[in-house]
Order: sequence, then C-alpha cells, then structure tokens
Amino acid sequence: MRWLLLAFVVTLILAVISLFVGVSDVSIGALLSSSAEDRPMQVLLISRIPRTLAIVLSGASMAIAGLVMQMVVRNRFVEPSTAGTTESASLGFLVITLLAPGWPLIGKMGVAAVFAMAGTALFLRILRAVPLRDVMLVPLVGIMLGGIIGAITTFFAYRFGLLASLLAWNMGDFSGIMRGRYELLWIGLACAVVAYIAADRFTVAGMGRDFTTNLGLNYQRVMVLGLVIVSVVSAVVLVSVGSIPFLGLIVPNVVSLMVGDNMRRTVPWVAISGAGFVLACDILGRVIRAPYEIPISVVVGVIGSMVFLYLLLRTRRNAA
Amino acid sequence: MIVTADVTKNYGSSCVVDGVTLSLPKGGITSIIGPNGAGKSTLLSMVSRLMDMDKGTVTVDGLDVTKTPSDVLARRLSILRQDNHMTARLTVHDLVSFGRYPYSKGRLTVEDKRHIDEAIGYLNLNDLSGRFLDELSGGQRQRAFVAMVLCQDTDYVLLDEPLNNLDMKHAMGMMKLLRRAANELGKTVVLVLHDINFASWYSDYIVAMKNGKVAHEGPAAAIVTPDVLSDVYEMDIKVHEIGGQRVSLYYE
Repeated sequence: MRWLLLAFVVTLILAVISLFVGVSDVSIGALLSSSAEDRPMQVLLISRIPRTLAIVLSGASMAIAGLVMQMVVRNRFVEPSTAGTTESASLGFLVITLLAPGWPLIGKMGVAAVFAMAGTALFLRILRAVPLRDVMLVPLVGIMLGGIIGAITTFFAYRFGLLASLLAWNMGDFSGIMRGRYELLWIGLACAVVAYIAADRFTVAGMGRDFTTNLGLNYQRVMVLGLVIVSVVSAVVLVSVGSIPFLGLIVPNVVSLMVGDNMRRTVPWVAISGAGFVLACDILGRVIRAPYEIPISVVVGVIGSMVFLYLLLRTRRNAA
Repeated sequence: MIVTADVTKNYGSSCVVDGVTLSLPKGGITSIIGPNGAGKSTLLSMVSRLMDMDKGTVTVDGLDVTKTPSDVLARRLSILRQDNHMTARLTVHDLVSFGRYPYSKGRLTVEDKRHIDEAIGYLNLNDLSGRFLDELSGGQRQRAFVAMVLCQDTDYVLLDEPLNNLDMKHAMGMMKLLRRAANELGKTVVLVLHDINFASWYSDYIVAMKNGKVAHEGPAAAIVTPDVLSDVYEMDIKVHEIGGQRVSLYYE
C-alpha cells in the first residue's frame, strides 16, 4: 500500500512536469504574472492540461486493456497490438471514414470498437481451433493476424488516397491533442473502472474455463466482458491518440512480477504505472531533440520492445 | 447422492462414455478406476457440468446439473481437474480465498475468512500462505488447490487424479487428508484414481469403468478381487490380503 502511494506520487510529479515542458513559455512565474486571458494561461488550459490528461488516461486504460486481455487469453504476451485488435480498430475507423466522413468522432469510435471486437473474436477463434502448446506462438499468431488486417487496411487507404491519415492514426502522437480532442478518452477510464469492479471475475477466468465453472461463474460472459473492455479502450485510444504499441504488454508484466496477478490488487498498480510510464516516455520524447518532438509510439516502441525482449528471454530461461 | 442416468458422450464417431447409469452413495470416498481411455475423467467432467453430455441426466441431491444455476451448484459440488496449468501468479491465500467466491462474490465476510483460515490450517499451508503458486513444489501446489475446494465448503468434492505428480509420501498424505475430510467434515469425495492400491486402501466404494461403460461397482472389498480387476484391466492381477487390507500385485 505504501509503495502504491509512492508510485502515485511519482506519477503525479511526472504529470506536473509534463504540464511545464514545451516550446511555449508556461511556468508558474509566467502564470502568476499574467492574467487569465494571456498566452501562458491559455496554452495551459487549451493545450497542456488536455495533453497531460490524454497521456494519463490513455496510458492507464491501455495498460488495463493489456492486463484484461492477458487474463482472458491466459497468455502473458498478448495485448491489443499483438492480437489483431488495434489493426481491426484501425480498419473500422478507415471504413467509417470512407463511408460516412461526416459522422462525429464518437460514432466513428463506436464503429472502430465493433471492428476491434470482431477482430479479437476472430483471434480467439483461431486460438481455439489451433491449440498451441508454446506460449510464444500465441502472440505470433496475433501479430500475423494483425499483419493481414493491416495489409487490407493499407490497401484500401492507398486506393482511396488516405494513406497519410492512416499513418497518422497508427502512429500514436500526443502533439495534436487540444481541448475538445481528447475527451473520448474518459470512456477508456470508465472501462478501467469496470475492469476494477469485475477484477475478481477476470482473475478467476485467468485460471481457465474449468476453474471458472467450478466457482459458479459463467466463463463465456466474463470473456465477452473482457473483449468489450479491450476493444473499446483500443478504439478510443486509436481514434484520439493513435496506437501505442507494447504498453499493454510490458506494464502488466512488470507489475505481475512485483505484486502477482490478483487483479483486485494489480488494477491500481497497472493503471498508475501505465500512466507514469507514458508520461515519462512523452517527456523524454519532448526534450530529447527540443524544440522538435518524437512521437510517443516511437519512444514507447523502442523502450517497450527492449523490455519485451527481456521478458521473453527471461521466460525462456525459466522454462529451460 | 449423485445419480447419473444413461449419460453418454461421443467424440466424433467414438463413444467415450456410453450410457452410464450410476448412483454414487452419499458420504465416504468413492473411487473411479479403469484403464486409460475408459471415460473416467469425461464422466467426472459431465457430472460436474464442466462438459456437456450428448445424452442422459445427472442429478446431485436431486438438482439437475445442466439446469441448476451454476453458482447454486458451486455451493454443493466442487471439482478439481488434474490440469491446473497456472499462468496467473496468485498467493496461496488468494487462491484459497477464491474458494469462497460462490458465497461472497468477492466481498469476503468474517464467516468467509474463518473458512479460509480453516482450510489453510487443514492442509498445513500456514507457512506458505503468502507465497506465490509458481514458487511452490508440485505437492505443495496440489495441497493449495485442495485447500481451495475444501474452502468452497461443498458436500461433494470431485477430484480428477489428485495423486498425479505426487511422490509416495505426498500421495499418502493427500489420501489420508481426504479420508479425514470424509470422516470429520462429512464430505462425499469422488476421485478418479489410477493407482488401484490407493483406491483399495482408502475407498469405501469403487466404480470400475472400461470402454466407456461401468464394468463393475460395489464396496471396495467386492471390487478388489483378482477376477474383477483382471477383467477391467485385461491383465493378470493378484490380490493379497495384508493386515486386513487388500493389495494388488501386477508387476509381472
């Protein structure tokens, strides 16, 4: 509990730092010496606070989505970007952008979520049809499925001249976040709260179908709830920020090593660490070659893939 | 009492469980024995509603297992499968606590906590209760799972090959413990066992299956005989009486 508090304080400090990093001069001094209509206050309200909130919300909810996915698939190495979920959401977003470009963002997000659900269900179906002995093969199948869906998406984006937009969605980036462009992410937080309320169910489901049935729970229903949470979070983050790879994978894994897998206990840890990790990566991406920015997906991708490799090799060593 | 009527399961064209009609007595230990592929585990899975049956009915104290709400059944009957391949890192205490899920739905009451402490004490897991399952030996982990089903506090406890992967000492410890649970707590324990000597030594009632059917059933003394066992396993099995217990020898 004390450690959780410490993690919370660290994340809070990172969030405050995040507010004051950037090209435009926003400092406490500048804020105090100017009135509300002046530039520093306006930058803070319109750009900085929304950006920091977007980072915290998407970091926490994507990490939770990864955690839920790992529980329902019963595999440590799956997350929305290694199960075809993100790619399916992206396809859905493209389809609705082509068919009904005038729809409000929340409608497009809904369609992306439905596609994400269908893609993830397909992934689960494949896993059921091809029982895999090796834990590593499961994410590989997911990455292949994602590759196929991604290729279809790219093809249509190319034919309809939307390649640039597609690239923008797939590359997670917080630099475009402003007031009015991030609020959907609160839905992601709502999903994280649902995951916390249903935490025991997911922990039980993580121990398998027979185990779940023995305790009188409907396994199918828990799976569907998990699927909905994962798909909605993926879609919301995709349409607001773009995809952030590996986040849902490394944060729950590191938390699992530290505090185990009882979701009642891990959900707060995963949410706080997810937010903290993305805050840190975002600050890094903003200062490393200031005044320019490195997109968050690149920073998280580089750090995340290294941690992912470490986790993979570690499992191999333990298995041997 | 567990009553099965004409329970049947097919996998493709092969019939794994073929019209099994049984009445398992309440109280004591009942063992289901038989060669590989006799349908023992499949039968146990259908009795505990883990698997759908193609034909027939199963009732537990008059409750039809396919129609009774799953959480109601979870307070009557618990099942532990042999394959508890764990990906989740839980502590022993957390695992045992989940045995109370059918009652508490996650909000543990004082009563639930008492059950948890009792189950942990009953299986001598006090020193291990804070350890993660993946840090335990096979025998310790098995004990943790049994503690969980005892914590579930059901009249019927079904265990599929509970002695799998246990050495002689732990296997004996497990059987003694189940015996105690049956005697002291009044549980009805139903086991699938491969070791016929453990079945002989500790069971009150034995069901012998072969090719998906019940070949023989009866009190342990009636089943552990050279004729019955030789018929079930299709090999020459001698039975000796040592100190009032029947021991089978089949090593040559």
